[in-house]
Amino acid sequence: MSIFEYNGSAVVAMVGKNCFAIASDRRLGVQLQTIATDFQRISKIHDRVFIALSGLATDVQTLYQRLVFRHKLYQLREERDMKPETFASLVSAILYEKRFGPYLCQPVIAGLGEDEKPFICTMDSIGAKELAKDFVVSGTASESLYGACEAMYKPDMEAEELFETISQALLSSVDRDCLSGWGGHVYVVTPTEIKERILKGRMD
Amino acid sequence: MDLLKVNWGRRKHSLFYYLFLASKQLFPLDLYLFSPNPFRFDQPSSSSRLFDFGRMSQAGVDVPAKGGFSFDLCKRNDMLIQKGLKAPSFLKTGTTIVGLIFKDGVILGADTRATEGPIVADKNCEKIHYMAPNIYCCGAGTAADTEAVTDMVSSQLRLHRYQTGRDSRVITALTLLKKHLFSYQGHVSAALVLGGVDITGPHLHTIYPHGSTDTLPFATMGSGSLAAMSVFEAKYKEGLTRDEGIKLVAEAICSGIFNDLGSGSNVDICVITKGHKEYLRNYMEPNPRTYVSSKGYSFTKKTEVLRTKITPLMERVEITEVGEAMEE
Repeated sequence: MSIFEYNGSAVVAMVGKNCFAIASDRRLGVQLQTIATDFQRISKIHDRVFIALSGLATDVQTLYQRLVFRHKLYQLREERDMKPETFASLVSAILYEKRFGPYLCQPVIAGLGEDEKPFICTMDSIGAKELAKDFVVSGTASESLYGACEAMYKPDMEAEELFETISQALLSSVDRDCLSGWGGHVYVVTPTEIKERILKGRMD
Repeated sequence: MDLLKVNWGRRKHSLFYYLFLASKQLFPLDLYLFSPNPFRFDQPSSSSRLFDFGRMSQAGVDVPAKGGFSFDLCKRNDMLIQKGLKAPSFLKTGTTIVGLIFKDGVILGADTRATEGPIVADKNCEKIHYMAPNIYCCGAGTAADTEAVTDMVSSQLRLHRYQTGRDSRVITALTLLKKHLFSYQGHVSAALVLGGVDITGPHLHTIYPHGSTDTLPFATMGSGSLAAMSVFEAKYKEGLTRDEGIKLVAEAICSGIFNDLGSGSNVDICVITKGHKEYLRNYMEPNPRTYVSSKGYSFTKKTEVLRTKITPLMERVEITEVGEAMEE
């Protein structure tokens, strides 16, 4: 069994028109046993940048704490928030530092950059950035997510339509993966508000 | 041991700060036992702790280390692998990368597919990396390694240019890359095609993950290298014009795209001549998505939402200075 299949996860982020959506499942398991159905995978770095980490849950939490620490240091020094592109480079550097003994998680970063232009990116566990203009996926359900997103994604969707698309893609993909699911957690971020929604999904 | 002290209080400019960090020499694998601790605010930097793994693994102050790799998670990862969990697979660029020297300079070409095992992770990634205004480098192998190694050498070249006041030479980039790759004995899995035009003329080199290099008039690397090399061997001649060169490179990459499963999507080309470079991103797109339905997807059943929380974002306030500046 792969190390990423120890806890199970599904994460997806999509770009819309001046907004982005980032979604994850909510299951935390130890191989085939579910131990929590409200695990927080998506974390806010600041109002305009979110990071979702899939993979080994302990590394998800440790890496999140390290990244929040580095961002707070940055805020103290620069007196402003980090741009999402800069944050992605920071995560990539932190992951590559551990090239020969990596953190066993794959981040998905989403944010609103200059001029409210949405930015998404994902990385493998050693920090190889993959910038995409449409959607990025990560986790044990990633293969189904690739397929669902390819079919359902349209460019320039508004916030409500984007929410519907990303939720449908997430729920249909986790239904085909034993290790992820048990609901969904979706954040849709526009320049004026952050909408966080908990989805009802199959609890099996 | 190269102890580069950084005084955090006197950081002058964020650009130099990051360039400086990125350009530090990375420690060779066999010296990892002696690598210094991450810098701590509360201790003088001169104290050296050789076997202090206990301290290193504490949460403590995780300020950026003095460059180089850190090995503190290796023990835990080995333990997990022994318990039967498979190690993760990294993003590879299966790839076809090529370079050729033509009459006035160098042309580099690459495909744009990034794979994670058998799955295509990125359909349009960039494999031609910037090293200097007159030098570009294509990378095959583990994506994180090619990106990190080319970024690091690019920063080192920039600092070197500031120091010498001259344009970078291709041979400088070559030596920096091969020294780094050799010291990691092939574990940094980056196979590169480096090309550029400097004061001494056009140059094209290939660099293998173990650190060996070749200087060639035309070169191919990656899983699609045999497909591309067959095109080059049949059609290459010296003194090609720019258009002939671009056509030949595009043909070689296409042969890799269509015949090799690890390469695909589009063709990127970079033409470097004396004093001028042209990066033709997605020069050819032989694999467009033609099957997309214009209607799009419509969902009849809406998703059920259990809870919604709306956080309004504060408007970004622009502070403009009005009035006179404060007197000193």
